[in-house]
Amino acid sequence: MRFVTSHWIFSALLAAITIIVPVLNLAVPEGSALHIPTYAVSLFGKYLAFALLALAVDLIWGYCGILSLGHGAFFALGGYAMGMYLMRQIGDRGVYGNAELPDFMVFLNWQELPWYWYGFDNFFFAMAMVMLVPGLLAFIFGWFAFRSRVSGVYLSIITQAMTFALMLAFFRNDMGFGGNNGLTDFKELLGFDLRSQGMRAALFIASGGALLAGFLICRVIVTSKLGKILIGIRDAESRTRFLGYRVEHYKVFVFTVSAVMAGIAGALYVPQVGIINPGEFAPANSIEIVVWVALGGRGTLIGAIMGAVLVNMAKSYFTAAFPEIWLFALGGLFIAVTLFLPRGILGGISGSLNMLSARSRS
Amino acid sequence: MSEDVLYLDGISVSFGGFKALNDLSLVVETGEMRAIIGPNGAGKTTMMDIITGRTRPDKGIALFQGDIDLTRRDEAEIANLGIGRKFQKPTVFESHSVEDNLQLAQKAPRGPFATLLAKLSGAQRDAIDETLETIALTQDRDRMAGELSHGQKQWLEIGMLLMQQPELLLVDEPVAGMTDAETEQTADLLRGIAKTRSVVVVEHDMEFVRALGTKVSVLHEGSVLSEGPLDVVQNDEKVIEVYLGR
Repeated sequence: MRFVTSHWIFSALLAAITIIVPVLNLAVPEGSALHIPTYAVSLFGKYLAFALLALAVDLIWGYCGILSLGHGAFFALGGYAMGMYLMRQIGDRGVYGNAELPDFMVFLNWQELPWYWYGFDNFFFAMAMVMLVPGLLAFIFGWFAFRSRVSGVYLSIITQAMTFALMLAFFRNDMGFGGNNGLTDFKELLGFDLRSQGMRAALFIASGGALLAGFLICRVIVTSKLGKILIGIRDAESRTRFLGYRVEHYKVFVFTVSAVMAGIAGALYVPQVGIINPGEFAPANSIEIVVWVALGGRGTLIGAIMGAVLVNMAKSYFTAAFPEIWLFALGGLFIAVTLFLPRGILGGISGSLNMLSARSRS
Repeated sequence: MSEDVLYLDGISVSFGGFKALNDLSLVVETGEMRAIIGPNGAGKTTMMDIITGRTRPDKGIALFQGDIDLTRRDEAEIANLGIGRKFQKPTVFESHSVEDNLQLAQKAPRGPFATLLAKLSGAQRDAIDETLETIALTQDRDRMAGELSHGQKQWLEIGMLLMQQPELLLVDEPVAGMTDAETEQTADLLRGIAKTRSVVVVEHDMEFVRALGTKVSVLHEGSVLSEGPLDVVQNDEKVIEVYLGR
């Protein structure tokens, strides 16, 4: 019962932040103490995109026991789909002034647009691809992996291999995605200047809205009978099988939903940071997501969101103030939480609350 | 043959040279309760694995209800045909409530989209209440399954089997680790179940097998050594030799 109410409070809080932050940025004059600078709006917008990614990982790891160490790949693919649309929006304002081809293709002496870039002039087509490409990859990957009953650490390793292979592929110039440099130098989204204050606020609202929607969808999934079966698969997979559930169908379903969420997170991230490059596929990125979720508390949804925001706030602070110790701080934090709060920050809090209420009852 | 719920003929399976089952043949009639006994390594669990699709036999025939070939199907398909299995070690969903455990086991569409939208109907609720009554866990319906005692977990798992409404129940050592009183109650429970369904019970505990009062099959080194009422089987020289050593 307590958890039911806490999730409504959290939703309301998220909705309030989504509205209040842009208002304090746009409507409050710059001299005021309440004013939120535009750079901070973008920074927090980025955290919200990361939080959506963490939510996607928590859905499969926390509830179904699938430890994906390759979710950065789905995030990056969504980001690339958005980046391709933003590249097409540049039009003839690139360095070479070529209306037909993005700069990097002109530089490579390409004569025409590759077929897989067709349609990315259209915003709705690009947004469909943001969801479809990660979703389809997850569906195919999951279909083969889960049908062959690959699980546990073996699955984690092949997800790492997947993201690593994609990173190597996207590094190649002849893939047609800008190689090493990736896609950048974006100008406009839907005809509005990407650097404008209004666009920054709009992207923040979109990120907050997507996170809220993602949270509510995850809630619907995990509180349904399907969600109970996912937990059953996590805790006693063969019992679930012998009850007549096709475990592989459930895993493919939830893995695909999760990958689509990660793709959307990537698409929200790219316009706010202004670049997408193959570094996003780096295996270490995917591992970092898992650390956010573990820190916040897996299998709680809210914990994953908190973990992503807190770790990234710490990262922003440390990489500016003490850049050389950030990775040590992250590692130390992870070890400390694993030792003292094995269920994560939120899991630890709700655990001690339960203990307190149990004590007061007795 | 149609009155046989389970028909195993000439089943052999080996793991890395070890013959777990060696030309095993066993027939269980519809509505029958059968006890399977045998020393460790006799192939009892492997036989269950074959029937429920976890293991494929190297050769042999396994038929359910006369004409359904079990060797070609996987666990989920076989479960949905109406074969329920209770594991040796009680296996329930520990982080779900007792009631949710029964709900997940309840016979209902098993696909992800069906379960995403599933709502518990009044009739389904009544069926859960009834099973809770049968397995004496009505008081504990909201407790986490992980908090139950060992015996209660065994019962919950049997209750989950009942919710599946199977034609055939395979029950692996249901009274392992139970007190005498619990053992007696479990024997009652299984006898009640066997009135409407076919049941195969694997058990070490001779007292329990006696309490069930059914036909017994003795497994040894992967095949059936002897078959009949417990008294007859216990006086069979081959059985005495296996159990008491040469």
